Amino acid sequence: MKNKQKKYVIVGNSTAGVAAIEAIRSIDRAGVITVVSDEPYLNYSRPLISYFLAGKVSKDKLSFRGKDFYESNEIRLILDTKAVRIDTEKKELVCSGNKKVPFDKLLLAAGGVPIIPPLNGRDLAGVFTFTKLSDAEAIEKYVRSHSVKKAVVIGGGLIGLKATEALVALHMSVTIVELADRVLSAAFDKTASSIIEHALEKVNCRVSVNNTVEEIEGRAGEVKGVIFKNKEKVPADLVIIAIGVRPSISLAQGTRIKINKGFLVDDHMRTSVRDIYAAGDCCEAWDALLGINRTLAIWPLAVKQGLAAGYAMVGSDKKYAGGFAMNSVELCGIPTVSVGVTNPEGTGYEVLESYDKEKPLYRKIILQNNRIMGAIFVGDIDRAGIYTGLIRDTVDTASFKEHLLKDDFGLIRFPKEYRKYLIDKETVAI
Amino acid sequence: MKEKENKNIEKKKGPGRILIREEYCMGCRLCEVNCLVQHSKTKNIIKAYKTEFPRPKPGVIVEENGYVSFALQCRHCDDAPCLEACLTSAMHRDKDTQAVICDADKCVGCWMCIMVCPYGAIARNTEGKKVASKCDLCKGENVPVCVKNCPNEAIIYEK
Amino acid sequence: MAKRPVPTEFIVERDAEKCISCQACVRMCANDVHTFDPDTKTVASEHGKCVGCHFCETICPTGALVIRRSPSEFKANANWTAEVIKNITKQAATGGVLLTGMGCDKPYPIYWDHILLNASQVTNPSIDPLREPMELRTYIGRKPDKLEFSGTGRNLKVKTPLRPQLKLEVPILFSAMSYGSISLNACRSLAKASAESGTFYNTGEGGLHKDLYKYGGNTIVQVASGRFGVHKEYLEAAAAIEIKIGQGAKPGIGGHLPGEKVSEEISLTRMIPAGSDALSPAPHHDIYSIEDLKQLIYALKEAVRYKKPVGVKIAAVHNVAPIASGIVRAGADYVAIDGLRGGTGATPTVIRDNVGIPIELAIAVVDSRLRQEGIRNQASLIAAGGFRSSADVIKAIALGADAVYIGTAALVSMGCNLCQRCYSGKCNWGIATQDPYLTKRLNPEIGARRLENLLHAWSVEIKEMLGGMGINALESLRGNREQLRGVGLSDTDLRLLGIKAAGEAW
Repeated sequence: MKNKQKKYVIVGNSTAGVAAIEAIRSIDRAGVITVVSDEPYLNYSRPLISYFLAGKVSKDKLSFRGKDFYESNEIRLILDTKAVRIDTEKKELVCSGNKKVPFDKLLLAAGGVPIIPPLNGRDLAGVFTFTKLSDAEAIEKYVRSHSVKKAVVIGGGLIGLKATEALVALHMSVTIVELADRVLSAAFDKTASSIIEHALEKVNCRVSVNNTVEEIEGRAGEVKGVIFKNKEKVPADLVIIAIGVRPSISLAQGTRIKINKGFLVDDHMRTSVRDIYAAGDCCEAWDALLGINRTLAIWPLAVKQGLAAGYAMVGSDKKYAGGFAMNSVELCGIPTVSVGVTNPEGTGYEVLESYDKEKPLYRKIILQNNRIMGAIFVGDIDRAGIYTGLIRDTVDTASFKEHLLKDDFGLIRFPKEYRKYLIDKETVAI
Repeated sequence: MKEKENKNIEKKKGPGRILIREEYCMGCRLCEVNCLVQHSKTKNIIKAYKTEFPRPKPGVIVEENGYVSFALQCRHCDDAPCLEACLTSAMHRDKDTQAVICDADKCVGCWMCIMVCPYGAIARNTEGKKVASKCDLCKGENVPVCVKNCPNEAIIYEK
Repeated sequence: MAKRPVPTEFIVERDAEKCISCQACVRMCANDVHTFDPDTKTVASEHGKCVGCHFCETICPTGALVIRRSPSEFKANANWTAEVIKNITKQAATGGVLLTGMGCDKPYPIYWDHILLNASQVTNPSIDPLREPMELRTYIGRKPDKLEFSGTGRNLKVKTPLRPQLKLEVPILFSAMSYGSISLNACRSLAKASAESGTFYNTGEGGLHKDLYKYGGNTIVQVASGRFGVHKEYLEAAAAIEIKIGQGAKPGIGGHLPGEKVSEEISLTRMIPAGSDALSPAPHHDIYSIEDLKQLIYALKEAVRYKKPVGVKIAAVHNVAPIASGIVRAGADYVAIDGLRGGTGATPTVIRDNVGIPIELAIAVVDSRLRQEGIRNQASLIAAGGFRSSADVIKAIALGADAVYIGTAALVSMGCNLCQRCYSGKCNWGIATQDPYLTKRLNPEIGARRLENLLHAWSVEIKEMLGGMGINALESLRGNREQLRGVGLSDTDLRLLGIKAAGEAW
């Protein structure tokens, strides 16, 4: 009745991998799915580690699929095991301890690894990265056993600021060092960044921009401070390095799998080697807005890519339609959303802005030929998804452009036909 | 294994749909009122408005422009972007009704769902614990209360 | 005092305990009675603006609102009533004619409430309409003087040529209400309900909107003194044509649809420039005699190749019987008579309340006159003007009407509470308005459903009453005045109505 059971192997146990499992199982209930993860946990939501560290979410609430997920989907779990190498000829995944896992279809979804600059003192106790639950747990443990009052966070990006927020919640005074001229320089513009910088200062944080750390100082193996590029010495009981992540690709080095920064994939999330797929933060998939392949390390796209990869692995024709950058993050109690192109370079862009410094409320919409290319919302993010939808559908906003910034902007301003299409059609994809 | 296959073959029944007929919406906003009451603790309209805190947020939004208006709820999309964007799976599809609903207990208020919902149908409720608030198709009711109480049948429910 | 406002007619009672400040009333009142104060977060009402339409009361989710007549009273005076004082105050301020909507609301005798129906006891069995067939079908149109047949047995056929007829499943039609006086959604409701219930609605002098052509088979189109919207397709689309001479709410005067109500759609339908006043002259300027009327009747019959009935509608005035006779002799297939209490969208109050005669007397005298002249079969008689219930309808039929027109009752079923401000264009119920913000409030699906329900309910009641009389077909009750008795009426009333006094046997 059945062909021989297919062997699916997934490297990585986060959202892309989990989405792939669900896609595979929606079609193939019989195949054997093996998940290999270098982490000791069942699935958990990485973006939530800052909530966990701040004590807002307990460890058991970090999971985004219930405990019975693996059982009900009949998953073979190989945890705490690093996938080291791929033998593309034998179709084997070689793991730490020389454990070999044969596959018919392999999905690479191990996410990203933090970038650690070659700083003196980076190995001192009290110096951490902040991408995994183990990082958060280690920090928590260190904080409990040490008197930690001052912290330095290297990197004013999203991870750095979420880490800062958690440290503030743990009653630390934090200095953020950012190489660029402002925090969140990738997703935000100057105004939006300044709102957040201002809010950070209010909660006793210092933001040092155009600056970097040259050395981490320690005493008795424990961190005691940092020295900035300008030779300023800042005492620190704890340092978090959060200057960025890069795709986790090391296991495929030396194979024929094409890698740029991450794995290059097509619209079925196929790598250049047959039967090997990649999804999530480790791959370079289609950016629908910029029209190029690039890494877009964000949760919703990892899900979409994981689903597309899963479907492709069972032979279904559902494609990955591409995505674009977007992020929703609340910092110092200020909700923010940034979508698409937020710092346009070159000509041909039109920018709509409204800014109320007192509240603070900031809205910025970037258009090109009357089509929205990007948007930033700070303070009030209600209904921000409508703009995301307009970007996705490349809607010509000429007929309602003057309403885009208004508080009551909504579907009612759309041309009736587009509104009807949006409301009545069955499926929606972003 | 066989049993599971059969389960899979049983096609999932989609959620009911609330059809929007803007040509008949009067803009009275009773849908919002009834939604709020239905999701309040007491389900008593006067108490819900006058004594309860935190008050639920209506899961229906009335948009108005001149004489055109309509009531908009979550469309419970087949391919719901909020489900994919949710960091905690607080946003989930109800097993019985197939409606997309938010588990307030799991929701951490990251607002990813708000960022991706093209209808702007998810609201932030920050009165108590921060949670994403949206239409749940009034689980347990035969017909969602916004539909049941719309005086002009400007929203109708199709099961 | 040089100036004074018109005394307040209604007060809005708001129960502060119940009001949740949801502002539904604020949003819904076209007269801006309610306002929300963002400082106190409460809603206040300005009584003087309230017209008593009860829309807010209906929509209020907590039942916090009650509309009452103003308790402010003048010194009791049977002659100088509060209404008189109010009217004079208004006219002293404006110098204008007092306008009103709907039908006469003065306490002239309502004969229906003094006429009683018969029922069977012992000597003739009553009929149970739930068990036995009961026929309400009614044909409107000229009936032949006699019937000739050919063939026998199974091959028996009517040889006499029959004139075109309107076939009604219920003896009730919807009165003429123009698109313009009422909203398109109201017209849609009437048209849809007619089609579903097997009866007819009437375009009035508003023309036939393009969306309503599909209901042509249930449409009576009017040709009135302004000739608005009359063209070949209009006549051809209809099931019957009605020449409108007069209307019960304003006998002898014309009509006036103010330019602000003549929207683009209405302009297209009426074939007049948008924004221009639509003035219907008092008389048809080509009809100054029965002979002239005959010319128009036959011109219209020619236009539709004698395939559709052509009727004539007049107001019930003192000479109604001889006029009706003339109309029948001029070739009309039916005569519609609109009584004193017939409604309208706008009329001078003084005309509405003081001109014409009650429909009950008009039916009786017209039916009697046509019988006396031996021409009753040549035309059907449709009565109109204030029919409130199935009892009114069945009594009208026993008096001699073939069917009745209902207008006000139809509007009430669609929401109207008779505030009589149809002329203001601010009908909160979306009926007598062209404001797109208000017309949306009448969902024609609901409107039609409610109209159908009303017709259904009345038909069931008529069948019950018929069965009680031992009659199984409405046709057998037509003009059967023995089934009626008067109570509390003068001898003259009884004579004119052609009925015996209660207590008198057959």
